[in-house]
Amino acid sequence: MIIYGTALLAVCHLLGIFLGDLLGHALGVKTNVGGVGIAMLLLIFARLYMAKKDILPKLTELGVEYWGAMYIPVVVAMAAQQDVVAALRGGPVALLSALGAVALCACVIAVINRTEHRPATVEPAPVLHDNPLLLDVE
Amino acid sequence: MIEILQKAAAQNGLVTAFAAVGLVMLLSMQISKHLTMGRVHGSAIAIVIGLVLAYWGGISTGGHKGLADLSLFGGIGLMGGAMLRDFAIVATAFEVQATEARKAGMVGVVALLLGTVLPFVVGASVAWSMGYSDAVSMTTIGAGAVTYIVGPVTGAAIGASSDVMALSIATGLVKAIMVMIGTPIAAKFLGLKTPRSAMVFGGLAGTVSGVSAGLAATDRKLVPYGALVATFHTGLGCLMGPSILYFAVKALVG
Repeated sequence: MIIYGTALLAVCHLLGIFLGDLLGHALGVKTNVGGVGIAMLLLIFARLYMAKKDILPKLTELGVEYWGAMYIPVVVAMAAQQDVVAALRGGPVALLSALGAVALCACVIAVINRTEHRPATVEPAPVLHDNPLLLDVE
Repeated sequence: MIEILQKAAAQNGLVTAFAAVGLVMLLSMQISKHLTMGRVHGSAIAIVIGLVLAYWGGISTGGHKGLADLSLFGGIGLMGGAMLRDFAIVATAFEVQATEARKAGMVGVVALLLGTVLPFVVGASVAWSMGYSDAVSMTTIGAGAVTYIVGPVTGAAIGASSDVMALSIATGLVKAIMVMIGTPIAAKFLGLKTPRSAMVFGGLAGTVSGVSAGLAATDRKLVPYGALVATFHTGLGCLMGPSILYFAVKALVG
């Protein structure tokens, strides 16, 4: 059933947020530490485990993949509720520090990514996903 | 007639949001295909339209939640809020190839650390040069340059004034918006091609909203790899901001 997939996703999400809160508490910060990241790791492991045990039918997968495919629309909705007015009102301090931070980080990203070893022989592009619901965004 | 329609839309907020966002996506895909001949990603156009709508919503209501402040579009707040955003981000992890992610483990951690310290240093230096020369203000604005959540959390912890907090949040917001719009433009320069490069990007660019939207507008397949690292960004920033980074600034400026 498709709800099994969505429920699996929900359980991983909640467990991850819970562990992230616990971690934040243990470290003495008033915020969640990597909860979503932990949830993602849980889901990756759950998928590997269930695929190995052969208890992951296509319909269950679709229950997760639907939400993965809804990701871009959700991000558009997120963009539509940013406090753009406040950001623009921040004036030169906000603008300069943001611009400086972004520019510096962009350069560091470019430098690190140029160190990546590219194999001499052309490998076939790795299959990054098999979500059938993503075909239209490629 | 109009009133009944408005009431129906407002009472079914989330459903209205699905319809509205669907319309924005449709429009963006058509613009991408016909006006830019596919050169600009439809998702990138959709995100920019979202930001413009957010600006319009903010101007017309005076609120802080963009389009979601208009009662008709209240559902946008739920659809794009932290809950569904994180739910969708976690779902993308289903596509992660564990072998690809493992290759980049170490470089991801390094990127995460650099992504916290470098923006902080830039933010604190700009604050200092603009006359905010006390340790608390410098730290708060520097933390805002990490993400717009780290800024106020740090500021609250070390007792910053409310105008400095607002400045710090504004800094983080400007950064997030710059990353959203700038990533697809600079994708080639950044070398955003592989899962590893997306993880480096996620660690250094920080701000989940910026990274998630920026990668979505560049290459949807890279999203989970970048998001996996970026979601640790806020936690690490909130951990380091009021502690190590604050002490370092205090030691420097007294």
